Amino acid sequence: MTTANQTAIAKYKNSFLKEVEANVEEGHWVRMCMQCGVCAGSCPLGNAWAHPPQELFMMIRAGKREEVLASDSMWMCTSCYNCIVRCPRKLPITHIMHGLANYAHRLGIAPKGQPTRETATLFWNNLIKKGRVNELTFSLALYFKDGFVQGIKNALNMQAVGLGLVKARRLNPMEILGGHGVKDQAGFKAMIEKARQIEDRKKGFAK
Amino acid sequence: MNAPATPKYAAYVCSGCGIGDKLDVPTLEKIAQKEGKMALVKSHPFLCNAEGVQMIRDDIANDGVTHLCIAACSRRAKAEAFSFPTAAVSRANLREGVIWVVAEGSEHDEVRQEMAEDYVRMGCAEVKKMKVPGGNVKESSSKKILVVGGGLSGMTAALAAAEAGYEVALVEKSGALGGFATNLWKRVPFAAPYADAQPVGAAELAAKVSANPKIKVHLNSTVTETAGAPGRFAVKIAQESGSVAEELCGSIVQATGFTTYDINKLPELGGGQANVVDQAGLEALAKAADGGPIKRADGKEVKSVVFVQCAGQRDTTGQHLAYCSGHCCATSIKQATYFKDQNPDIDTVVMYQDLRVPGMGEDFYRSAQDKGVIFTKGKASKVTGGDGCKVDFKDLILNEGASIDADLVVLATGQVPNAGVNLDEWTATVTAAESGDEAAKIKKGELQKISVLNLDYRQGPDMPQFKYGFADSHFICFPYETRRTGIYAAGPTRRPMDMLQATEDATGAALKAIQAVENVEKGRAAHPRAWDLSFPTARLEGCTQCKRCTVECPFGAIDEDEKRFPKFNEERCRRCGTCMGACPVRVISFENYSCDTVGMQIKAVNIPDEFEEKPRILILACENDAYPALDMAGIQRLSYSAFVRAIPVRCLGSVNTIWITDALNSGYDGVMMMGCKKGDDYQCHFVKGSEMAFYRMSKIDDTLKQLGLETERVQTLEVAITDNARVVKLINEYVDQIKEIGLSPMKGFG
Repeated sequence: MTTANQTAIAKYKNSFLKEVEANVEEGHWVRMCMQCGVCAGSCPLGNAWAHPPQELFMMIRAGKREEVLASDSMWMCTSCYNCIVRCPRKLPITHIMHGLANYAHRLGIAPKGQPTRETATLFWNNLIKKGRVNELTFSLALYFKDGFVQGIKNALNMQAVGLGLVKARRLNPMEILGGHGVKDQAGFKAMIEKARQIEDRKKGFAK
Repeated sequence: MNAPATPKYAAYVCSGCGIGDKLDVPTLEKIAQKEGKMALVKSHPFLCNAEGVQMIRDDIANDGVTHLCIAACSRRAKAEAFSFPTAAVSRANLREGVIWVVAEGSEHDEVRQEMAEDYVRMGCAEVKKMKVPGGNVKESSSKKILVVGGGLSGMTAALAAAEAGYEVALVEKSGALGGFATNLWKRVPFAAPYADAQPVGAAELAAKVSANPKIKVHLNSTVTETAGAPGRFAVKIAQESGSVAEELCGSIVQATGFTTYDINKLPELGGGQANVVDQAGLEALAKAADGGPIKRADGKEVKSVVFVQCAGQRDTTGQHLAYCSGHCCATSIKQATYFKDQNPDIDTVVMYQDLRVPGMGEDFYRSAQDKGVIFTKGKASKVTGGDGCKVDFKDLILNEGASIDADLVVLATGQVPNAGVNLDEWTATVTAAESGDEAAKIKKGELQKISVLNLDYRQGPDMPQFKYGFADSHFICFPYETRRTGIYAAGPTRRPMDMLQATEDATGAALKAIQAVENVEKGRAAHPRAWDLSFPTARLEGCTQCKRCTVECPFGAIDEDEKRFPKFNEERCRRCGTCMGACPVRVISFENYSCDTVGMQIKAVNIPDEFEEKPRILILACENDAYPALDMAGIQRLSYSAFVRAIPVRCLGSVNTIWITDALNSGYDGVMMMGCKKGDDYQCHFVKGSEMAFYRMSKIDDTLKQLGLETERVQTLEVAITDNARVVKLINEYVDQIKEIGLSPMKGFG
């Protein structure tokens, strides 16, 4: 199942840093970290991270592949950009965190059930159907991701908010029937497919 | 100086800067005349302006005034305006010392006026005991500069001096110039963009030195004797072959560099094992590779290398070097790029605890990271050498044990200074040898062999050493000064440093050496009293040959003559007066600073009887830090008690205990002595003066008991130049303390 992962392991043997530099977005910056810890101190969600960015960088250099990629730390990033603003070495830390998360996800070794990962997956799957986010089906998919009973509970909890949005004409109940999309559906699909091909080639996932 | 035979005393009271508003100037004039016995007394509303100064000049030229007391601002202010080279000048500090520090308001008018009157009395008393210093001009003095050590620092110093027009004699122990730098493959970059290691340039520098007609290079040579003093150092330079050259030199730059810490002392880090080298060892491998792949001693190409920083440095166990050598992080970065520049696929890891790259090293660090050098924050616990080396370490970021394999391990071992003989060891050995100890006699001979300068000073053959065996210098305030006047330390013999710092250091030391020969020619002192023309003289008929002056002089300026009397080498003297403070029979004095100039000031103060409840507290304040701090308190209008009377002293070391006993005998209620910080991180401008004062004063309690006085009546304090607010607090608290103890019972007997 994780053939991509096995291929990557075989290719980079014991240089996880080189793997990150080659395959992770902005990964070539990892070597430039000087371990000052300003990113860790600047992160508003710092307490939620098992390994703050500076530690992740150190682990990458130390070749701790499994520990880094299976970590849920980088999934904690909320893209506030505090670390990027403050990093004395100008590392694009936010982007590296997303790059690492994406790479782990593509390899299939990111933590299962990690809420950010699940939400992002649902969002993406919803988006690429028609090129527009269908907020109604996206919300419902989120409510029901943990099962039918929990989904009903979630939906009832959010009932007032949902009705409010409908009244204010911010949410169209008819969207449930498939909803709106971009005009050129075929063109959109082709564009996404092309983008994926390019990315796969760049990140070593090309078949 | 052709001063007139009969002295004429004059006092000038300035009423400017608010002095006239706060004080009764006519009364001050009257006091100068009647009590101060000044023949001529004048006041002026703006004494330091051209007209006021001209008035004084006219009196000197036309009226035969030889001694003048200027009652105006602090002696630290308006020094240029009130400079009268042919006259002896004392300054009564009415501005910073009185009107600016005594609290506002008419209720303080009386004490303020009393304070001012006392300062006028003191100024008049002082000047009567002063003479115009004539300077210590010697018939002939050499301006040649001796540089000991032909490494980067020595060559730079020699060139700097030669290019400034001075003759230089350069002594190098080995057969060629260049020193440690010749061992290097490349050096750390000195200039932007700080990206790549640069050619060393030692050979080019050596060629420049050899080609300079003003520099005489003595190769294969050592200094076997240095006699004399600044301006007249007679130096014997012995060649390996046995021939001896003699040079007469004015000043000396000692640039004897460093030795690398012995890697064999680090067995736990693989010292002595195969494929574990120190940084010098790696330079040798890189030189042998000459730009090609770097190979180990066994000929195998290095594919992975680990640099272990702080190997045997920053050691807290007492086994190895306790300090950081400062250059090793940048050096390891440079050496890692040797590998990366040749082949980017070679794994290079720099294992550091705190990466310290002074100057622009941060850019160089970044450049190495960009080249792919891995930096791991960790502390190596064990290095195993051999065919496949292994470094066990604790990862300090991840807080766990780990290990790395490598083909080669490089230990950053640090610098050990070549500063010659440790004088404490020397003194102990000589003392034992003199009492007939045979082993000590042999050891003495061995010590003489490692001596750099072989000074014939009674204090020993080299300059005193500081912490960790570096040549003593105050590395922030006066970096090249040592405790041997006219001898300046430069480069890693003074403190650990890199090549760029050594270059700057050498230039600085060369400039100090030039300043020294120029000062000697003008008969002036050296730092920190470089303008000073006075010098100490001893009335030998009163001398008891106790040797305290010769022992306590921080600068080794005083030898003993054949009759065991002190023999002053004025050119070595810094004019601190520590000898004067040491002398139990008070036979040592300067023309303008003596036991009398201060003693008469102490006695000139009017001591009110005890029923007036006005204590009098004497402050003896070091002119370098404490007195400026008192002035600054005035400038900031902080107010302290008007019961104190401050006298600046050249150094707390110059305080003779007679001043303390005189003050207490004549009814002062307390004495505050304020000097600079002493000890290893001293701020004393004369290095040991403050320490001596504290030592002497630790023994004054007996004297106080004999007088029937409380020990609190004498206080010795460390005051820094920035302590202006603190000094006010100290004074006010002490005045309160004295009031609590009660006024001195000695009043009226003095």
